[in-house]
Amino acid sequence: MSVSHAPPDTSLPPPLPPSLERVVPLGSRRSWSPRWLRRAWGPVLLLVAWQVASATGVLRPDTLGSPGAMAATARDLLADGTLPSAMLVSVRRVAVGLLVGVVAGTGLALVSGLSRLGEDLLDATVQMLRSIPWVGAIPLFIIWLGIGEAPKIALIALGVAFHLYLNVYAGIRGVDPQLVEAGDSLGLGRWGLVRHVVLPGALPGAMTGLRYALATAWLALVFGEQINADDGIGFLMNQAREFLRTDVIVVCLVVYAVLGLVADFIVRSLERLLLQWRPTFTGQ
Amino acid sequence: MATDLHGPVTPSAGTGPAAVRVSGLTRSFGDRAVIDHLELSMGQGEFVALLGRSGCGKSTLLRVLAGLDREIAGEVFVPRRRAVAFQAPRLMPWKRVWRNVLLGLPGRPDRARAEEALREVGLGHRTDAWPATLSGGEAQRASLARALVRAPDLLLLDEPFGALDALTRITAQRLVAELWQRRGCAVLLVTHDVEEALLLADRVLVMDRGMIAYERTVGLERPRDLAGPGFAALRAELLGRLGVEGAVSGARDTPETDGGPPRQPASATPEANGGLIRPTASDTPETADGPRAAPVSA
Ligand SMILES: Nc1ncnc2c1ncn2[C@@H]1O[C@H](COP(=O)(O)OP(=O)(O)OP(=O)(O)O)[C@@H](O)[C@H]1O
Ligand SMILES: [Mg+2]
Repeated sequence: MSVSHAPPDTSLPPPLPPSLERVVPLGSRRSWSPRWLRRAWGPVLLLVAWQVASATGVLRPDTLGSPGAMAATARDLLADGTLPSAMLVSVRRVAVGLLVGVVAGTGLALVSGLSRLGEDLLDATVQMLRSIPWVGAIPLFIIWLGIGEAPKIALIALGVAFHLYLNVYAGIRGVDPQLVEAGDSLGLGRWGLVRHVVLPGALPGAMTGLRYALATAWLALVFGEQINADDGIGFLMNQAREFLRTDVIVVCLVVYAVLGLVADFIVRSLERLLLQWRPTFTGQ
Repeated sequence: MATDLHGPVTPSAGTGPAAVRVSGLTRSFGDRAVIDHLELSMGQGEFVALLGRSGCGKSTLLRVLAGLDREIAGEVFVPRRRAVAFQAPRLMPWKRVWRNVLLGLPGRPDRARAEEALREVGLGHRTDAWPATLSGGEAQRASLARALVRAPDLLLLDEPFGALDALTRITAQRLVAELWQRRGCAVLLVTHDVEEALLLADRVLVMDRGMIAYERTVGLERPRDLAGPGFAALRAELLGRLGVEGAVSGARDTPETDGGPPRQPASATPEANGGLIRPTASDTPETADGPRAAPVSA
């Protein structure tokens, strides 16, 4: 053998040039716990702190009861049927308002997004109305629509419609003109272009609009039910305020939160289903 | 369709019925005329390659021929059935690859048709993928399949092999050549690759300053070979035409001296904007076949 240099010493790793850096494979930084566990520990910690504060007397029962007391109240409200019936009424209001608002907002957005004439006729008006704070219109709704279901649903629909209008419209106008041109070259007609290119392209915007709309819908529900109602969660809260039942108020707030989370979950699932073609950044 | 036009050499392609006839075509962006009184004719079943430096207006010409850009002046006649493979793949990201291939086809074409077209471009295993998950070359091949599945009379290809590796590129070139032979459609291929142009085309055009500045009939036997006789000479000639600006224009293409139609003032057809692209089922036969290797003047 005529090797002029020494054979490599395999017992020691070769020294690294100082300018090199190891690219750490993701697998070696695998997290130490499942996702759901990491997500759960925030709320659990909050509950524990609350319980501790109540038990040690830092939080007095007439300010805010302990989590245990809350659970008991919730059980009572569930058992005598007040909470389920109130929830049903409120959920129905949100659902109807949401439906009306989504249909109206999307419809208007399609008209002004797809045709220049529609844009000229509609867009300026909608943009002007949008700048009115809709909560301020509650007195008008009560005068116009009385104190039944109508003003509450109108309030929700109004808040929802603007979000959908803005986002669907922006989505339609943001569709890549190169794709529209490609569709044109493939022989798609006007309706084909709308169906296969423009609407799918506007879908991400529409989903964003829907999420905003949901948040607004719950907000509008709270406003609507606080002002005049003889049923629903808002009514339950109003009643509780008169009897200084902070526990009932907190239970109602929790119910609002849970319903909001459920709605958000539904939209997320819908998004995963409808936007599965879109590779998204999922965080690191 | 006139498949018999594809002899080994097709110098007579221009004498058959025309697939494309363009005269006095001008397209301006602002006051800059990207295409300036361009003349072009293609015979049915003719394979033409279009060369030219970046930004000289090749894609613009292609869009005009596809009927997508109608803000033009001049006369443009093209067949009704056209298909385009764009420079960028332009797949609809919300449709799976096979649905992209079938998009816009009349009736209810079945999936097998898309799968066959995709298999032809070597994408049989990706028919169900979302376009966003394709590699650059895969997306380009899917776009090619989408154009081929339409069985057009005029196929417009804008650098369709740009993102392909050498091997896939050869396969794709062979595929286009085969399809052309089989279907007898006219093909206009935009490319930057002189060898590709010489391998595939009956005629090579060089675009410059908004016109066809140079034209060369490729009289080589098919199938062609990079090492074949005459290839190197043609390549050198074309590279020379592409390379040195002064040499090209200095040679002989002052428009007025040539036998072409006199340059029309731009105002001659100002009202004729928009609907000028007319499908030409009953087009007059193209007979203007002057000296083919001469520059075509506007
Ligand atoms: N919509 C537009 N508005 C303004 N200028 C444009 C537009 N489209 C194209 N141009 C210009 O027209 C010229 C020709 O463009 P074109 O896309 O036809 O070039 P090309 O020959 O295909 O170039 P490449 O080989 O780089 O693809 C370029 O200078 C480009 O900037
Ligand atoms: Mg181009």
